[in-house]
Amino acid sequence: MKPALSLAASLLLFCGHAIADCLTRGTGDLGIVIERAAGSLQIVDTTAHQSLFRVEGLGDLSHASAVYSRDERYAFIFGRDGGLTKVDILCGKIVNRVIQGGNSIGGAISQNGSLIAVSNYEPGGVKIFSTQDLSLVADIPATEVTDREGKRKGSKTVGLVDAPGQRFAVTLYDSSEAWIIDMKNPAEPKIQRHTKIGALPYDALVTPDGRYYISGLFGQDGLSLLDLWHPEKPPRLILEGYGRGEQKLPVYKMPHLEGWAVAGNSAFLPAVGHHEVLVVRQGDWVETDRIKVHGQPVFVMARPDGRQVWVNFAFPDNDTIQVIDTETLTIIKTLKTGKGALHMEFSPRGEEVWISVRDKDEVQVYDTDRLELTHRLQVDKPSGIFFTARAHKTGL
Amino acid sequence: MPHNSLLAALSLAAMVASGTLPADIAPARQAEIIYLLKHDCGSCHGMRLEGGLGPALVADRFADWETNMLAMTILYGRPGTPMPPWRPFLSDGEAHWLATQLKQGVRP
Ligand code: HEC
Repeated sequence: MKPALSLAASLLLFCGHAIADCLTRGTGDLGIVIERAAGSLQIVDTTAHQSLFRVEGLGDLSHASAVYSRDERYAFIFGRDGGLTKVDILCGKIVNRVIQGGNSIGGAISQNGSLIAVSNYEPGGVKIFSTQDLSLVADIPATEVTDREGKRKGSKTVGLVDAPGQRFAVTLYDSSEAWIIDMKNPAEPKIQRHTKIGALPYDALVTPDGRYYISGLFGQDGLSLLDLWHPEKPPRLILEGYGRGEQKLPVYKMPHLEGWAVAGNSAFLPAVGHHEVLVVRQGDWVETDRIKVHGQPVFVMARPDGRQVWVNFAFPDNDTIQVIDTETLTIIKTLKTGKGALHMEFSPRGEEVWISVRDKDEVQVYDTDRLELTHRLQVDKPSGIFFTARAHKTGL
Repeated sequence: MPHNSLLAALSLAAMVASGTLPADIAPARQAEIIYLLKHDCGSCHGMRLEGGLGPALVADRFADWETNMLAMTILYGRPGTPMPPWRPFLSDGEAHWLATQLKQGVRP
């Protein structure tokens, strides 16, 4: 008993020492910015517009994304090299890191916060980990396909999101499928597989209420829609008439379906191969309008109150951001940020938007009411920006 | 295939004629192309070119490829897939130079 006690005491002392460098504060106004080239990230304070910590050693972060634990203390970062890293944002430290696959693209945290799912390009599939210690809980290989060289390989998995009921939904690029993975019993994942959802589904999203899972299609017009209230029902093709008969333009960066940009009953989506934002009526899913924009849209994001939609663009138009007024469906502002405006993140209630500008090595903060630049933060080749408010949103 | 190699031969002839052989590319432009490779090709092929939505662009993959075929794939893309044509942004000579770099193995 005695040795155990003194061990506990010294552990406590040790911990006391270790947390001396950590901040004692809330995390609701914090966030992270990925430094894609350096394999590092910065932890930022969105109230003070300041960087708090720089965390290094996260591997290849091109195309990295992140989710938050439900206590908003830990960020889980998914890297291109298959790395899954858990970062304590109050201490600015990596607390755990595993190389879970060959080449990953993104992930999601489960409804109750206990599981992290990661989707992989290589080998294709989904791996599910405990958020506690990043131990493997389930390994779900993707459907095999034959590639150009005649080799068998797992389909790439994209658009992985969480859904109500301890479920995840994922899209399979090469095999044209959408899967719903039920993790209520972690020892026995139940998978509902929908096939033939459409050609080359490249990304997907779930609506904020967690009801609809929508996969964008690169190989044909339209999107595939699954109703997660009725997971047994096959997906429907929506907006299939879009762009018919029109010449598609080349796409120099794939659009992203992240979050669901809604205003009232309308949703805003990036068109593929057309320099347009599509306006869709929720419910019957018909296209009501198309808004001509500056280039191939990448992210189409609504300010949290739905009054504005902000759009960034693919190469060679990635020096521009446009703001759409959702009432009049007109562009009210065109901003020139500098080259490489890669990602945008709104403050939780939308008074500000933070924009990564890669070639300027800075994050620019705009007042969304005055549509003016208010702050700049120095960040090395910034890409994704993720604020802790995501912790409480389905699909983010 | 024969059609493609004819095109490739034609494009090489055109390059010789227009004097845009690799040696002509100024160091500053070479640096720009490598930056493009890292960040813009990288958005689909991975910033370290180890693969993403598009396959890895690494030397061993291109061992059996003619440099010209590689340059043609870059210039004209691969219709029906997300691989876009880079012709608006790279000259024949520049694509040829980039193909040579990829065949030699480049880690931008
Ligand atoms: C929008 C996404 C995208 C971008 C940007 C992109 N590629 Fe690709 N690329 C692809 C995809 C997808 C394929 C595979 C096509 C297929 O299915 O055959 C591909 C295939 C290729 C291939 C053939 C490789 C093989 O082994 O079959 C080469 C070479 C290539 N790309 C070079 C480049 C270069 C160089 C750039 C930048 C100048 C670039 N790509 C930019 C998506 C992209």
